[in-house]
Amino acid sequence: MDKDNTLTAAPAAAGAHLTLSGAEMVIQALRDQGVSHIFGYPGGAVLPIYDALFKAPGITHVLVRHEQGAVHAAEGYARSTGKPGVVLVTSGPGATNAVTGITDALMDSIPLVVITGQVPSHLIGTDAFQECDTVGITRPCTKNNWLVRDVNELSRTLHEAFQIATTGRPGPVLVDIPKDIQFQKGVYLPPASVQHRSYKPKTDPDPGAIARAVEMMAAAKRPVFYTGGGIINSGPEASKALRELVELTGFPITSTLMGLGAFPASRPEWLGMLGMHGTWEANNAMHDCDLLICLGARFDDRVTGRVAAFSPGSKRIHLDIDASQINKVVRTELGIVADAAKAIAEMVQVWKAKKKQAQPLKEWWAQIDTWRARKSLAFKNSDTLIKPQYAVDRLYALTRDKDVYITTEVGQHQMWAAQRFKFEQPNRWMTSGGLGTMGYGLPAAVGVQLAHPDALVIDIAGEASVQMTMQEMSTAIQYDLPIKIFILNNEYMGMVRQWQELLHGGRYSHSYSEALPDFVKLAEAFGCVGLRATTPQELDGKILEMIAVKRPVLFDCRVDPMENCYPMIPSGAAHNEMILSPDDGGEVSEAGKMLV
Amino acid sequence: MSGEAVERHTITVLVNNEAGVLARVIGLFSGRGYNIESLTVAEVDPAARTSRITIVTSGTPAVIEQIEAQLNRVVPVRKVTNWTAEKAGIEREMALIKVAGTGEKRMEALRMADAFRARAVDTTHTSFVFEITGAPSKIDSFIELMRPLGLVDVSRTGVAAISRGPEAM
Repeated sequence: MDKDNTLTAAPAAAGAHLTLSGAEMVIQALRDQGVSHIFGYPGGAVLPIYDALFKAPGITHVLVRHEQGAVHAAEGYARSTGKPGVVLVTSGPGATNAVTGITDALMDSIPLVVITGQVPSHLIGTDAFQECDTVGITRPCTKNNWLVRDVNELSRTLHEAFQIATTGRPGPVLVDIPKDIQFQKGVYLPPASVQHRSYKPKTDPDPGAIARAVEMMAAAKRPVFYTGGGIINSGPEASKALRELVELTGFPITSTLMGLGAFPASRPEWLGMLGMHGTWEANNAMHDCDLLICLGARFDDRVTGRVAAFSPGSKRIHLDIDASQINKVVRTELGIVADAAKAIAEMVQVWKAKKKQAQPLKEWWAQIDTWRARKSLAFKNSDTLIKPQYAVDRLYALTRDKDVYITTEVGQHQMWAAQRFKFEQPNRWMTSGGLGTMGYGLPAAVGVQLAHPDALVIDIAGEASVQMTMQEMSTAIQYDLPIKIFILNNEYMGMVRQWQELLHGGRYSHSYSEALPDFVKLAEAFGCVGLRATTPQELDGKILEMIAVKRPVLFDCRVDPMENCYPMIPSGAAHNEMILSPDDGGEVSEAGKMLV
Repeated sequence: MSGEAVERHTITVLVNNEAGVLARVIGLFSGRGYNIESLTVAEVDPAARTSRITIVTSGTPAVIEQIEAQLNRVVPVRKVTNWTAEKAGIEREMALIKVAGTGEKRMEALRMADAFRARAVDTTHTSFVFEITGAPSKIDSFIELMRPLGLVDVSRTGVAAISRGPEAM
């Protein structure tokens, strides 16, 4: 047990302890934490903080149009930079509007510090105007949260918040600050003087486990790496180590939706994404492998398919920074709780030191090549209709000489983007994986563009999703952020329609987007540029026009409304029971319908 | 991981005594669909500001493993100990049990209480309140015996647990 459980005060250096108002402390803490951008929306209960912000140079505040937008923008910022995203919103509706974004960040392990105003302390519990139990509401969707009741606790709490959000398994935290605390004066402590009482994430791998992992890898005849968002969250060092490990071993590698970019898609070892809409080769390799090396992924239900039929003949190694992921969904022979960068670098080092050689993998690769030969991402193109796959392919091809960041909404377009847009580097792909939040991509693009002003930031969107947070186009205009919203407009909630076609007898209950806005006119109303493509012939020209415009663009790409996203593992099926095309006519079990 | 037998486990969680920590621990159980059979919580070290939460839960071994892992993720949690798995813990519970009646039933209740080392802490001509301490199963047995003798009310504390020998948890 710790001998001193109060905060550890720094040696009493002169000037180390400032007396500030609570509001000033928030700004000082942000500055001391190296924060340059925050996303927010003012309101009664945060006015003192906004006042302090008004006088504070060096911190750029981005005014969003809805608090959900602030959180997604902060997520985009965080995921594309590796730094924490910071959100500032008011009490009551400000906080509740932020909840979707906070939950999204929790599911995808995105470091966020959300600061909410609260009604004054003496009004808490009286159903005051714009009061809600913010810490109660956000407890299940934050890594940790605090209601600050004493101004002298505020700076410690804020520094702890940053530490907890960014270390271990990253995630969102929330600090709720009553208005009277924002006005009160108290002692400000700098970050170095604060140490948490109980939070000590384990990041160093157990050497014995690494040695065993290397032995298992050297003995494997049909190995596969299954990697995830943990590699991205661990930082560029993890991606670097992963590349080295794959090169050393020569093993095939696949990734979850969240992990795309950690390993270059152009490399021969790359099998493409796995899971429900993954490639035939990735899923079959998972099914038939004898050693599954999971690095920073969590055996999500979109990845495993039917758990009882998941990778039946394999031994599993599971590396995760969060011990609770080991053995959560599937049993693991070897669990390694550590930071991915450290653990993978250690595997590389031990492999080299012991001069390990992989087993001959010729047969395994020959098998994989037969799966690849099925060309599971192929589609029938059209001369008259823009196929959504074709649109993504052209977007990819025409942006090769650019510094590109992609965000997405949720649905078919997201899966087509994940399947077809090839990433060579981490932090270039921002998508809502765990929560599946429609409306994520547009505000996320705002955050990405802010962090990378000269990059080409494209939200590959659907016309249904994008309308959920469309108001953030105003934010893009206000801050001169030339984001490109590339809408694959099929006039349907496409993934819903696809499932209704496959599972519900083609009864398209409320999935048709009636009364769509004219996106070109809408763009103009916002003050940005509207473009439309309706034929394959004009697509390239319009895409090039979009890229050339140095302003925000809404691109209405009219695509085949009835196209489905293949390949797919019907829910409740195994990895080797994929449907490759509409001609396959796969049957979905009753149990599978439940899992959609 | 299904098909395994459901087991009952007693788990102690040492936490920083701060606002919301109990809600965070309990919310984890309800949010993830774990059972709570009993729950005991109190501050145990005011100087260190630590509280001790003891939870009796049930689940398959895989679920119990997840419960421990999930508890360990909670930021204000300092330590998690599963007494059932470690087989080194002493578990006790206290209960107050009210029995009303007259005549032979009343005398029988008093005799039973004596056999169970329960103490009468409130006595009227028509009722007793017994205080009993012991393993939960002992309290269960006592309550069952009191039922035909005029049991009217039961209040149980839930389980407190501690390790045997000289070490702290």
